[in-house]
Amino acid sequence: MPKYLIGLCAAVGFTATVTLGTAFGQQDAAQKPAQGQTPPNQTQNAQTPPTQNPPGGNAAQEAKVADPEELVDDQGVPLYAVRDGKVDQGTYNGYRRYASSCHVCHGPDGLGSSFAPALADSLKRMDYWQFTDVVTNGRKNMGATGDKVMPTFGSDPNVMLNLADIYRYLKARSDDKIGRGRPERFKSAS
Amino acid sequence: MNPFVRCLLVTAAIQAATTTVAFANDDILKNQKDPANWALQLGNYAGQRYSTLDQITRDNVKNLRPIWQFSTGVLRGHEGGPIVVGDTMYISTPFPNTVYALDLNDNGRIKWKYEPRQDSSVIPVMCCDTVTRGVAVAGNKLFLGQADNTLVALDTETGKVLWSAKNGDASKGETLTAAPLVVKDKVYVGISGGEFGVRGHLTAYDINTGKMAWRAYSTGPDKDVMIDPQKTMMLGKPIGEPDLGIKTWPADQWKIGGGTTWGWYTYDPELNLIYYGTGNPGTWNPAQRAVDKDRAKSDNKWSMTIFARDADTGQAKWVFQKTPFDEWDYDGVNENILADVTVGGTKRKALINFDRNGFAYTIDRTNGELLVAQKYDPSVNWASEIDMKTGRPKVNDKYSTFAQGEDHNTTGVCPAALGSKDQQPASYSPESGLLYVPTNHICMDYEPFKVEYSAGQPYVGATLSMYPAPDSHGGMGNFIAWDPSAGKIVWSKPERFAVWSGALSTKGGVGFYGTLEGYLKAFDLKDGKDLYNFKTSSGIIGNVNTYMHKGKQYIAVLSGVGGWAGIGLAAGLTGEQEGLGAVGAHKALGEYTQLGGTLTVFALPDNQ
Ligand code: HEC
Repeated sequence: MPKYLIGLCAAVGFTATVTLGTAFGQQDAAQKPAQGQTPPNQTQNAQTPPTQNPPGGNAAQEAKVADPEELVDDQGVPLYAVRDGKVDQGTYNGYRRYASSCHVCHGPDGLGSSFAPALADSLKRMDYWQFTDVVTNGRKNMGATGDKVMPTFGSDPNVMLNLADIYRYLKARSDDKIGRGRPERFKSAS
Repeated sequence: MNPFVRCLLVTAAIQAATTTVAFANDDILKNQKDPANWALQLGNYAGQRYSTLDQITRDNVKNLRPIWQFSTGVLRGHEGGPIVVGDTMYISTPFPNTVYALDLNDNGRIKWKYEPRQDSSVIPVMCCDTVTRGVAVAGNKLFLGQADNTLVALDTETGKVLWSAKNGDASKGETLTAAPLVVKDKVYVGISGGEFGVRGHLTAYDINTGKMAWRAYSTGPDKDVMIDPQKTMMLGKPIGEPDLGIKTWPADQWKIGGGTTWGWYTYDPELNLIYYGTGNPGTWNPAQRAVDKDRAKSDNKWSMTIFARDADTGQAKWVFQKTPFDEWDYDGVNENILADVTVGGTKRKALINFDRNGFAYTIDRTNGELLVAQKYDPSVNWASEIDMKTGRPKVNDKYSTFAQGEDHNTTGVCPAALGSKDQQPASYSPESGLLYVPTNHICMDYEPFKVEYSAGQPYVGATLSMYPAPDSHGGMGNFIAWDPSAGKIVWSKPERFAVWSGALSTKGGVGFYGTLEGYLKAFDLKDGKDLYNFKTSSGIIGNVNTYMHKGKQYIAVLSGVGGWAGIGLAAGLTGEQEGLGAVGAHKALGEYTQLGGTLTVFALPDNQ
């Protein structure tokens, strides 16, 4: 998994860096030319001094971080940000939405339950599009006793409007970038 | 067939039907009097889960051994337990809700099997696993509440469907998990779906025809709740004010207000009253249920309420709301155990309720007067005490998720939403006068947030994380003995996991319960000392029952981990703490047990 590190510091006075995860693993990133392109303001070098970013760009990027809907790669795959162990607002919201809509079956912290899979593991092999497909349309894997059903969330606004955030959260869990329990938010610029 | 013969047959059928009407209640009373049977899920109408069988004693129980087992063929959480009437044992499974009649004369050979065809789209709307809490048997009928809201009556001899009735709609998030209760010619059944904005109700059906006799809602106008504000008692006097089931909610919130009825129902034949509790109000975000942002105006009645209703008419005789304006999901459905106990020197016809909120209530079951209310787990902190005049908890604002506000994480609340006790029923021994109670010892952080209602979709609106009660033994459960007169714990033994299995006490001085790791445990009623244990094939969330067959006493229990415990504890809880005691050292249930439904029957060796 390539780590896109993004400097946000200069314009807004932060001193830490942000780790962004993407939906795609290393291979995907290599296969997809578009994916390989480092988005503006994102560099693969943690040490990159923030001052290398154009000042105007910094401001724009910060706005993106503050607004989770904008925190996506150029394929439209949501990204999460982790800074000093703290997460962006979108990932944090994803934690809450996960707890509200998915936890009852998939267990605490994406770790699975007696009957539904650990999504922190699932996202090691599923991409964003497969993920949204299962959540939107559900899945029936009748199993030995016909009792494994993933519901269809396509009509649930609490899930569909927050799907990108739920993904951000689970992806960050899956990448081992955040631990169990409630993640802390870093303060956005606003 | 010639018309004359047909006419005769019809008459005969009607006669048979009327006969059953007259005797159904008597059948159960008769069955429950004979200790050879385990006639009702809770042992008897009073819900005591006590047996006068005494072949197995505190001295010989160490020689107990499993003598036969039976796989149910179903993997998920097995709550409830076996019913034994005469020579037959009846068990039921989680979805698809298979029922087996097992022949006790033939080591559990299957007499018949009933497996309903149910649309699997009901599975996702079952909040906390696809459980059922068992069947009811009355006369020649067996009653099963299926996940898909079908209540069926089966012939106890053949398993053939006699009638079926539709009690709800899964597309709205309604499901059926409770064990039905039969009184006289009626069978009562509740509804699940408190996490889906379902409006709870208890419904009575005619046991012979399946026709609905009455339905009493938990929220809304008095007419729907079957309350008469001039007659229905609350805290010793008539409620007075009409339609509190509407006025204590903002706008139309009561219509999706929860108060589901998935727990246990008990009955007092002398008073002719049935007792049950209603569940949490929906959503879990209290701000969305507040009238004018004022807790005092927002009781969200009649969620979290113990109802005493006339068994025939359904009219509410009295009500007692335990957690007005819930802010923690302290779902008030736990069993109401009926026992006559001495309080303050006077013998009272009492009802004892171990509420999810961590308080044990002793209430006068004739009129709803509050007699005792004390914490049954010392960690309980959301309220300091119950005001004995108003019955209201004195809420500690520090742990009020409403006072702390939406989008604020309220930390360190005890108990967790699982409650100090969930549905796992306790046992009362009339001999010792004590209750034996399986409990949870878990606390939580709780952050409510705004959520939209969408029919058939989860309507929760809160983020929880749970952990073993801090500064304690590190385990997630206790098994306790409770004095309902004094409101005091008599003894308490720590358990590694929440105890999610129903308890049994017996005249032999020995009691039983199961653990989430899968142990069947026998304990001394005197001091809780472990007398015997056996690790069954999977975690136990079923209830331990006893019966006698051909003069020999047996213990029977369903294993099969799952339920809310199986969801929350499979991977262990968060908040690893330093210095956990031995009990709490390994917290992931998944390290101890896996899915699988099995019945295990125990007995003493023949020469004992
Ligand atoms: C009612 C229980 C239930 C709820 C609620 C639920 N799921 Fe599932 N989910 C399941 C089950 C069971 C499976 C496994 C289905 C199978 O075996 O194919 C599953 C599978 C999945 C999968 C595929 C995993 C894999 O490894 O293939 C994803 C992704 C998923 N769920 C996401 C979610 C999200 C996100 C939510 C919350 C918005 C959610 N689920 C809520 C029961 C549930």
